[in-house]
Formats: sequence, C-alpha cells, structure tokens
Amino acid sequence: MNGATIIFYLLAALTLVSGLLSVTTRQIFRAAIYLLFSLIGIAGIYFWLNYQFIAAVQIVVYVGGIVVLIIFSIFLTQQAGELLPKQQIGRKIFSALAAFCGFALTMVQVWKHSFNKSTGDAVEATVANIGTQMLNVDESGYALPFEVVSMLLLAAMIGCIVIALRTKPETT
Amino acid sequence: MTQPGLYHLLFISAALFFIGVYGFLTRRNLITMLMSVELILNSVNLNFIAFNKYLWPHRLDGVFFTVFVIAIAAAEAAVAIAIIINLYRSHQSIDVENAEELKY
Repeated sequence: MNGATIIFYLLAALTLVSGLLSVTTRQIFRAAIYLLFSLIGIAGIYFWLNYQFIAAVQIVVYVGGIVVLIIFSIFLTQQAGELLPKQQIGRKIFSALAAFCGFALTMVQVWKHSFNKSTGDAVEATVANIGTQMLNVDESGYALPFEVVSMLLLAAMIGCIVIALRTKPETT
Repeated sequence: MTQPGLYHLLFISAALFFIGVYGFLTRRNLITMLMSVELILNSVNLNFIAFNKYLWPHRLDGVFFTVFVIAIAAAEAAVAIAIIINLYRSHQSIDVENAEELKY
C-alpha cells in the first residue's frame, strides 16, 4: 500500500461517485458539474497510467469543450431552478436491474478470462512517439484514419451550422 | 486493497459504462441522455488505454483509438446539441416524450 495505490483508489472513487451522481441528480446543472468531475477523474487516471498526452486531450476536449457546450445548451433550453420531473419507480427499478445484471455478467466474464500479455519492448507514450507512429504510412501508421477523422470533423461542423441555422420566415 | 492492475481498470470501466446505461434508460431529457452517452464513451476510452498499457505495450494502437474516439465524440456532441437546440425552438421542450413526430 503506497501513495500511488491510494491515489488510484481516490481517482476511481471520484470518477464513479460523480458519474453516479451525474445520472441520478434531479438538478440538470448539477448533473453537468458532476459529469465534469467524473471526466476530470478519468483524466487523472490517464495521468496515473503515464499517458500524459491522452490526459491532456481529455481535459482540453471534454472538460474544456464538451462540458462547456452542454452547460451552454442547458442555459439555452432550461428554466432556472426547475427540477427534472420524477421518473416512474418501475422504470428506475428495471433500469437499475438491467444495468446491474449487465455489469455482473461483464465482470464475471472478465474475472474468468486470463489475458495474454504481448511480448516486446514497451514503447513510451510520449508526444514524439505518438506523432511519428500515428502519421506514418507503414503498417503501424494511422495516417488514413487521421485524414478520415478530419473530413468527419469538417462535415460535422458544416452540419451543425446547417441544422442550427434559423430558417427565415418568407418575407419577400 | 491490492496493487491496481488491469482488472481494477476494467472494473472502473465496466462500472462507468453501466452507470451510463442506467442514466440513458432512466433520463427523459435529451441533454442528460447526451451526458450519459459521454460517460459510456469515456468508459470505452479507459478500456482502450488499459489494454494498451497492460497487454499491448510495444505498440500505441490503443492511444490512437482513444484519440479518434475523443474526436468523434466531440463531433457527435456538437451535432447533438445543434439538433437539441433546433428541437427546443420548434417544440419549446427537449423531453423525448414530446419529440415523437418526424418531418416526413
């Protein structure tokens, strides 16, 4: 039991407790803030695993981008101080049951399975390694998916503008 | 309390996934459903990183998959919020029960 272990369990508890609060609280703004803490906890786990680049991307994109977007849309669509409507108790029970059964099934399968570790020298996940491996075109390269994702982002950006464009009433 | 390893990360990831599933099934507000989807996508990312760290350390495939999943999740959230705001403009509500008719 050393410091790193304690930090891991603290991060795991932060992630899971705020995730659970985020899906159960009845105040939508608090749900967004709990989601923020859950995402920060996951970024902390990435830091704990020594994947600094992924942790930085997680904080920049999720915490700085998506959560802010969600909070803006809450401001645009919700009346202040209004609670979300109560759910039927039957739906809650069946959803919890389904989620718990799925979780138990997954965990039983994971515990029974023994994973094979690959043999080979570990590659440090530094930014230089990630950049050179991702953007080359030999068998370990991901240059084509990278370009496809850039096209997808462009399409999503144009799509957002088209969808959110206010349709002008016919005036002329 | 043992030394954390692959199984601990898989436990966190599975728990987060099913928390997201529970939220997706119980919530009826589109923004909170979107938040549940974000939790599910994050659990998938955690899974990729855990497998890359403990089972596949000589390559960085899990890192690349995680980067792509994050990029696609950002695009998905932006499009979803554009649709939600458009829906709010026409229906004055973002409850899924009120959004049952399509255009055609």
